[in-house]
Amino acid sequence: MLKVTSIDKGLVIDHIPQGEGIKIFHFLNLDKVKYRVALLMNVPSEKMGWKDIIKIENEISMNLDILSIINDKITINIIEAGKIIKKYHPAIPKVINQIKCKNPRCVTSVENIQNQFNLINKKTKEYSCQYCEEIIKLNTL
Amino acid sequence: MKGKKLIDPSDLTTTEIEDLIKLANQIIQNEEKYSKCCENKLLATLFYEPSTRTRFSFEAAMLRLGGKVIGFSEPNSSSVAKGESISDTIQTVCCYADIIAMRHPKEGSAYVAANASTVSFINAGDGGHFHPTQTLTDLLTISNLKGRLDNLVIGLCGDLKFGRTVHSLIKAMSRYQNITFIFISPEELQVPDYIKKEVLEKNKLKYDESTNLEEVISKLDILYMTRVQKERFFNESDYIRLKDMFILDLEKLKNAKKDLTILHPLPRVNEISTEIDDDPRAAYFKQAKFGMYIRMALILKFLGIEVD
Ligand SMILES: [Zn+2]
Repeated sequence: MLKVTSIDKGLVIDHIPQGEGIKIFHFLNLDKVKYRVALLMNVPSEKMGWKDIIKIENEISMNLDILSIINDKITINIIEAGKIIKKYHPAIPKVINQIKCKNPRCVTSVENIQNQFNLINKKTKEYSCQYCEEIIKLNTL
Repeated sequence: MKGKKLIDPSDLTTTEIEDLIKLANQIIQNEEKYSKCCENKLLATLFYEPSTRTRFSFEAAMLRLGGKVIGFSEPNSSSVAKGESISDTIQTVCCYADIIAMRHPKEGSAYVAANASTVSFINAGDGGHFHPTQTLTDLLTISNLKGRLDNLVIGLCGDLKFGRTVHSLIKAMSRYQNITFIFISPEELQVPDYIKKEVLEKNKLKYDESTNLEEVISKLDILYMTRVQKERFFNESDYIRLKDMFILDLEKLKNAKKDLTILHPLPRVNEISTEIDDDPRAAYFKQAKFGMYIRMALILKFLGIEVD
């Protein structure tokens, strides 16, 4: 198996469904950072068959709960001094700001305002735009 | 309701709507009494897209209350053309005006504006989203011509898929007792599923769908006509085949109740034949007048002005 050095301080996003790793990688803009990052794709997994993993040698200020829209089994491990100090699954957020409204008639398409989607159905992961009320079903980034 | 902001018709409770209708009727009965009560008050009408009808209605309402009006009727001539944000425009206008009415082509613009406004705010239409003063106009008209807002069979005819006026009226009327809707439209332009699920089925409202106006017209207390636009059809032949079925003429009116009320948000194109205009059941021009009175009531309530 391919070896990737373990990290000292940062985080490891594990149990990412196969193929979703690259999307998270781009969503977190990891292609533009200066610190060490590793995207591992198609890693054999007992539970999942195949999975993706992302290792980041830095702190991430963004709330990662949004990753739950892909899958709530994703595991986020926080690493300090080479050890896992915290491990959690992202929780479905009530409000999401990081996604743009796709409705071309929405005011957010012309005005410089922060997007806001409010959770309306936890089961179906449906969110509604605060402005135009367009409903979106989120299952990928 | 002083200082209130109106974005969506459901921002108002049924009691508040009742109060507005009551005040509008008091104004109708004694217009003179209200003709100076807004002296020293200024309404700003900010129209980011032209809608002469709605703007006139707001301005006439304010002027008939003795108030004054400033504003623009198309954004090209204003600072908006230089790229000013909605929020900045509103904050500036708040320095001058006591109340703002805004129309904007983008959905959700009213929410942005209302949040930026420090004075009373009325959404005069935000794209295909909300148009609360049209809905209030419809409610005042129905309440006056029918004497009630409950126990009614309401037929909605035309474009029921894209017509925001229709969706908004369905939502508003679903709050009253024993309302039955009959939706009359081509299959391509039926009421969207989310309205059926979220509004009709949730409130256990009775409704029926038909593609034939003539067949159902005898059941109706109210017939609300809307435009069927050519561009909503996939092809010319569908449009030609269907357009006449949704045009109201004397022939189709033959089986209608004697006290049917025919409404239309205007402007009409050809969906109501002009031969009907003289029929006592045609109420669409009265409806336009009611529109001005409900806006007068709204302005008074939102400015917190009481006249005794
Ligand atoms: Zn939106």
